[in-house]
Amino acid sequence: MKFEVLKSSVGEWLKGTGPESDIVMSSRVRLARNLAQYPFVGRASEMERREVEEFLRSRLTKTSVGSRLEYMDLGGLEDLDRQFLVERQLISREHADATGARGVAIDSAEQVSLMINEEDHLRIQCLHSGLDLEAVWAQIRSVDEEIEAVVPYAFHQRWGYLTACPTNVGTGIRVSVMLHLPALVITRQIDKVFRSLHKISLAVRGLYGEGSQAFGDFYQISNQITLGRTESELISQVADVVPVLIDYERRARDFLLEETERNVHDQVSRAFGILRTAQTISAEETMQLLSRVRMGVLLGLVDDLHVSDVNKLLVRTQPAHLQKMKGIDLDTKDRNIERARFLRSYFEAGSSGEN
Amino acid sequence: MQCQQCDKQAMFHITELETGDVRELHLCEDHARVYLNQAEADSQENESDGTGGAVGVGQTAKELSEIDQRVCEMCGITFFEFRNQGRLGCPHDYVQFEEELEPLIANIHGELKHTGCRPKRERSAEDQSVLPESTEKLTSVIGMRKEIREAVEDEDYEVAGTLRDDIQKILHQWHAEESKE
Ligand SMILES: [Zn+2]
Ligand SMILES: [Zn+2]
Repeated sequence: MKFEVLKSSVGEWLKGTGPESDIVMSSRVRLARNLAQYPFVGRASEMERREVEEFLRSRLTKTSVGSRLEYMDLGGLEDLDRQFLVERQLISREHADATGARGVAIDSAEQVSLMINEEDHLRIQCLHSGLDLEAVWAQIRSVDEEIEAVVPYAFHQRWGYLTACPTNVGTGIRVSVMLHLPALVITRQIDKVFRSLHKISLAVRGLYGEGSQAFGDFYQISNQITLGRTESELISQVADVVPVLIDYERRARDFLLEETERNVHDQVSRAFGILRTAQTISAEETMQLLSRVRMGVLLGLVDDLHVSDVNKLLVRTQPAHLQKMKGIDLDTKDRNIERARFLRSYFEAGSSGEN
Repeated sequence: MQCQQCDKQAMFHITELETGDVRELHLCEDHARVYLNQAEADSQENESDGTGGAVGVGQTAKELSEIDQRVCEMCGITFFEFRNQGRLGCPHDYVQFEEELEPLIANIHGELKHTGCRPKRERSAEDQSVLPESTEKLTSVIGMRKEIREAVEDEDYEVAGTLRDDIQKILHQWHAEESKE
């Protein structure tokens, strides 16, 4: 099974490479597409959903991209495996939790993922490490063009690509970048920054946790509008604001170093200390501490640890990853113990010893 | 996303900017209507900035219930069902409910015309403001499948068989055109 490979690797987007990867974790573009000859997923009968899945699956094998991808039937997977794919950002939580015929095709680098029967018949996602929207767009555009040659997309001259929800109609594009902004959080400037983003109709949400209560200072910026602008314009809308945010975050990091180096160093060291020695630790606390340590690594306050190690740990300490590694289902209490055990042994072994 | 005031799907994502303060609202159709009516009453300015023209806002109850009863001839969804779930039933809904969707789409996107990429096969027909012929034909298959189900229920297998053949013809025609390119 493919999971054996996934378990021992991490996606390309976690490698901590690519432009500005000290602050920009990843760049992602998603396209929503539907077949013209079927009702949207929410209104399709189970038989129609199965037909959509079979149709898309068989058509995708006719494309060169499709033949490179590994297909997984989500309905046939265990809950834990679906959860694992969510943590890996290869499928959405909604896609995991839905019922009925649905699937996902992913490439071995975990950059391309094609979700079948999510909210739309087809959702194409492309994910890269660092700030790399141009390359992501080029890649997803070529995937989309390959598929459009063998699949009748529902398209309207005026409304563009037709989607189940009118909020996605037109380009069907969602452009997002995931940013790590710990210094803006510590210096309490983050709300001000987000307010200015809302004014230019960009959406911000915390990557982990609910609503604005983000764990670990990871934030996702994305476009809200999808109609009446070209894909390039929508990509620029997000891309143009990123350098500004990077600049703010860098300045806040410099400020912390100059004005409160002792304090910052203390916070980072304590965070690292807890991660190395805790006997039980929640996912939320882990996220928060890893965020501090990640900043510490980038500020040169932590030796012997690479950003890619921290990125990997952010994913591998999540519930499904821990359980897949351990090979058994664990409740929250046991997960917290297992998470602490995993972290201790990871740091004991020496971070660069593996992978 | 869920409405902040009930369990329904949030259809309206409103960002309010008030004297240096930002409030984000995620509301279902009904609560958005209440909120927007309120907001309109609060501020005396009555500009046509999109929000005032949204579906359900500023329309009488009678007009609304008439709109709600409209049905897509392909997938059978009513406009009321769409308003409740926040999801359309099939691609044809964008044709069937074009007039009703217009204010809603204007409210969400501030624009009413796609300017982005288009499938290669549609690029030559940029001036039409309708479903391309091929898409139109294919969406009719959705209605035909519904008719098949009804025919089978009525044990009218002959009609069901003919419809199945018709569907196959339409799909084959598309595949034939596609492989010609
Ligand atoms: Zn509501
Ligand atoms: Zn319909």
